[in-house]
Amino acid sequence: MYVKREDWIPGNFKNVPDTGRSTQNDIVQHGWTPITTTTSVLGVVFESGVALAADTLTSYGSMACFQNNPRILTVNQNIIVAAAGEYSDYQFIRDIVEEKVRTEKSLNDGISMKPKALHTWLSRVLYNRRTKMKPLWSTFLVAGIQNDVPFLGEIDKLGTAFVDDQIANGYGAYLALPLMRKAIDEKREKFNSKLTKDEAVDLLKKCMEVLYYRDARSHDKYQIGIVTKDSVEIQNLVLKPNWEVAKLVQGYE
Amino acid sequence: MDTIIDRGAPKARNFEPYASNGGSIVAISGKDFAIVASDTRLSEGYMIYTRKQSKLFQLSDKSVLGCTGCWCDTLSLTNIIQSQLKSYLYDHNTVMQPNSIAQLLSTLLYSRRFFPYYVYNVLAGLDNNGEGCLYSYDPVGHCEKVNYTAGGSSGVLMQPFLDSWLGNRTTDNPVTEEEALSLVKDAFTAAGERDIYTGDEVVYNIIKKDGIQTGVVQLRKD
Repeated sequence: MYVKREDWIPGNFKNVPDTGRSTQNDIVQHGWTPITTTTSVLGVVFESGVALAADTLTSYGSMACFQNNPRILTVNQNIIVAAAGEYSDYQFIRDIVEEKVRTEKSLNDGISMKPKALHTWLSRVLYNRRTKMKPLWSTFLVAGIQNDVPFLGEIDKLGTAFVDDQIANGYGAYLALPLMRKAIDEKREKFNSKLTKDEAVDLLKKCMEVLYYRDARSHDKYQIGIVTKDSVEIQNLVLKPNWEVAKLVQGYE
Repeated sequence: MDTIIDRGAPKARNFEPYASNGGSIVAISGKDFAIVASDTRLSEGYMIYTRKQSKLFQLSDKSVLGCTGCWCDTLSLTNIIQSQLKSYLYDHNTVMQPNSIAQLLSTLLYSRRFFPYYVYNVLAGLDNNGEGCLYSYDPVGHCEKVNYTAGGSSGVLMQPFLDSWLGNRTTDNPVTEEEALSLVKDAFTAAGERDIYTGDEVVYNIIKKDGIQTGVVQLRKD
């Protein structure tokens, strides 16, 4: 993107969509707040790839409004993205990302986006919007394969971006992340290796079940997206909860 | 008896553009070296985002920037500095000297005086004479050349410690590299005991004439 010298200001040299710009008649509006929301997403790196998990419920306040809203996006054969927070903001980003991918495909040069590039790009888009005080109220997990190495990163609505081997947000950060860290650390300490694909998927299933028991905005229908060197797959799953555990909770009679 | 709780009108959640993501920086300069160190914990509230996020940014072969505070601002600020340094290199075919980077950083920070980068910066490097130099900043661009400094979430804990050890050094009793490194390690282990936003690991960079030496020290992980 060419930027004229006189238009150049620090931080304005990157290809960030010019959205949410203030107009002259814009009313200064305080208290942007999410309306249709989704709950936690989980992500875990295993030996040959990355797996993400997210349920398909979109809530309107406390109402379980839309029960079949998938939010794991297949970007290309190398990247999947999952979102949490305001669903419309996810759809907005999804449309832009899909357009990027189409543009890239039409070049027909065999080169496709890598996860680290998308992670950085998303962090710039979200930071740009937070600086305008018009945030996109969403958290994104970017998973993929970067030069044969599994990549997992998060970006929140401020543009806070980081990379790790296990990431969860929302209630998942309190309920699921400790389970994921424990499983990964134990595997490393005992066998000096990373989780296998099956172990990672089982771990995510367990975490989704734990979240379903305590997160009131969660749902029993969910998706697991798996990206490896040679494939991207998204599984549609249904939890089989065991409410016998409810009897173990005491003190609220 | 029924109790009616008046919760008032529904309140809109105001958007808060800043987050406090923790992390600390310690830096000490000496006769022919400068050492700068950060912890690797990135957190918000009671949540640890990751245990392996270094807050040191190498800007050239003789300057390193330590950056903590609001992580999204840190990312933006360091990206801008790094691209500015690249432009400078291509325009002048010279790597920018630390004293010039120090001024650039101050100008960049002040350019956002009324919507600041919520970031505490420490710039360490070797000056034109090969001596260690250190610049400490506040979030809006006040810059001071110092011999040692501590910043970030544990800055207030570690600065008095450094004062007690390095506050009244004279030129005939300069701080050695070994002493500086052990002070850095001690400062962080102490801070890790009392500050929940500092922990996991310490990464340090020792900047010397013949290159930058890196190392890692383990801290408390709870």
